[in-house]
Amino acid sequence: MLEARNLECTRGDHVLFNNLSFTLSAGELVHLRGSNGSGKTSLLRILCGLFMPTNGEVMWGKENINDLREEYYQEISYFGHLNAIKDELTGIENLKISSKLADIELSEQQALESLEKMGLYGREDLPTKFLSQGQKRRVALARLLFSEAKAWILDEPFTALDVAAVDLLQGLITKHLENGGMVILTTHQDVALTLGNKARQINLDS
Amino acid sequence: MAEPTKHESMKLCPKKLGLFTAFRLMLVRDLTLAMRRRTDVFTTLFFFIIAVTLFPLGVGPEMELLRTMAPGVIWVAALLASMLSLSTLFASDYEDGTLEQMVIAPYPLSVLVLGKLFAHWILTGVPLALLSPLLGMQLGLSTDAIQVLVITLLLGTPVLSLIGSIGAALTLGVRGGGVLLSLLVLPLFVPVLIFGSGAVEAFSAGINIDGHLSLLGAFLIVSIVFAPLATSVALRISVE
Repeated sequence: MLEARNLECTRGDHVLFNNLSFTLSAGELVHLRGSNGSGKTSLLRILCGLFMPTNGEVMWGKENINDLREEYYQEISYFGHLNAIKDELTGIENLKISSKLADIELSEQQALESLEKMGLYGREDLPTKFLSQGQKRRVALARLLFSEAKAWILDEPFTALDVAAVDLLQGLITKHLENGGMVILTTHQDVALTLGNKARQINLDS
Repeated sequence: MAEPTKHESMKLCPKKLGLFTAFRLMLVRDLTLAMRRRTDVFTTLFFFIIAVTLFPLGVGPEMELLRTMAPGVIWVAALLASMLSLSTLFASDYEDGTLEQMVIAPYPLSVLVLGKLFAHWILTGVPLALLSPLLGMQLGLSTDAIQVLVITLLLGTPVLSLIGSIGAALTLGVRGGGVLLSLLVLPLFVPVLIFGSGAVEAFSAGINIDGHLSLLGAFLIVSIVFAPLATSVALRISVE
């Protein structure tokens, strides 16, 4: 269980949010809302341990994530604004490296199949600099197919994706939740996943 | 940042990959990347060659003078060349978000950094050391002195990569970071320069150089242990 306790975040003199507490338990989807600059990305980065909150703490189970460090990092998968893929490497190489960095060994065949599943058939062997923005995004998202992390922390995962890819990603998230995973995401797009009452909403504006 | 003990790291990676895998992952990745963008490697090498070649042109072709200057000139050029390559060490990982993923990877960041630095040394330090005999001959060094020069470069250049990485991590994302990097790092390179070029000079003067080499070795060991730790702390700050 991921728990945020009394988080406060300031940027310069400006308080983005304070006294923010919530929990994220297995099988739960949280949709983080808020206008531009309301601190959504900052909050997600705090949850990853990439950014220190001004006040408050993030707990995994019963322990502070700053004490757990690598043990906690094994439990999360963060997908940020940046794709974290290398332009010079092919889709397959990128996927194998990013999976290996998450402690998962992929075979050439597995990497190939998952990129095909992401709709990149015939482009697996191209350096990713020849791919479009949306296709790069797909290469980056492919690592979620194999992710063994319990908590997915996704920052605007739907941007630059076409309808088919949005559906694919929604399917992935639903499957992850069914398997007892937890997901926290931000999006400005209205997608089926966040529209119904499946997702718990946290609004940073209020 | 505390390095996990062996016991802890076993717990981290149950049944699966170990620290060496993390090290090798970064090493192989960076070498592959360098093969795809060879210009970076060659820029450093050509800088080294040109900087050394300028000296005879500027100072004049007196062999005796050049021979005395040779160790210092080659070492200073190697030092500047390796510093030139430092600014790109983490820059591309920082820009495309890979660095964030490295920070939150289930491995100690210092091990990943060490892998990257080993690749950096293979791509800059080793070629510099391999090229130095040619430049040594150009400046009139004797064959034996050239051998000593290569040994000191092989011992000294990894120290340059290791110490330099701390500066590279600290100046990441800072405007005008390149100049700041040289101001931060060059003073720290001074001991390596003194004992590196000093060893060659002492050898030419017929003095025993064991002390010089032992000290270079000691620098190397100390920086292998501490530099990756310091760098990973600096990287966490830069990513924030």
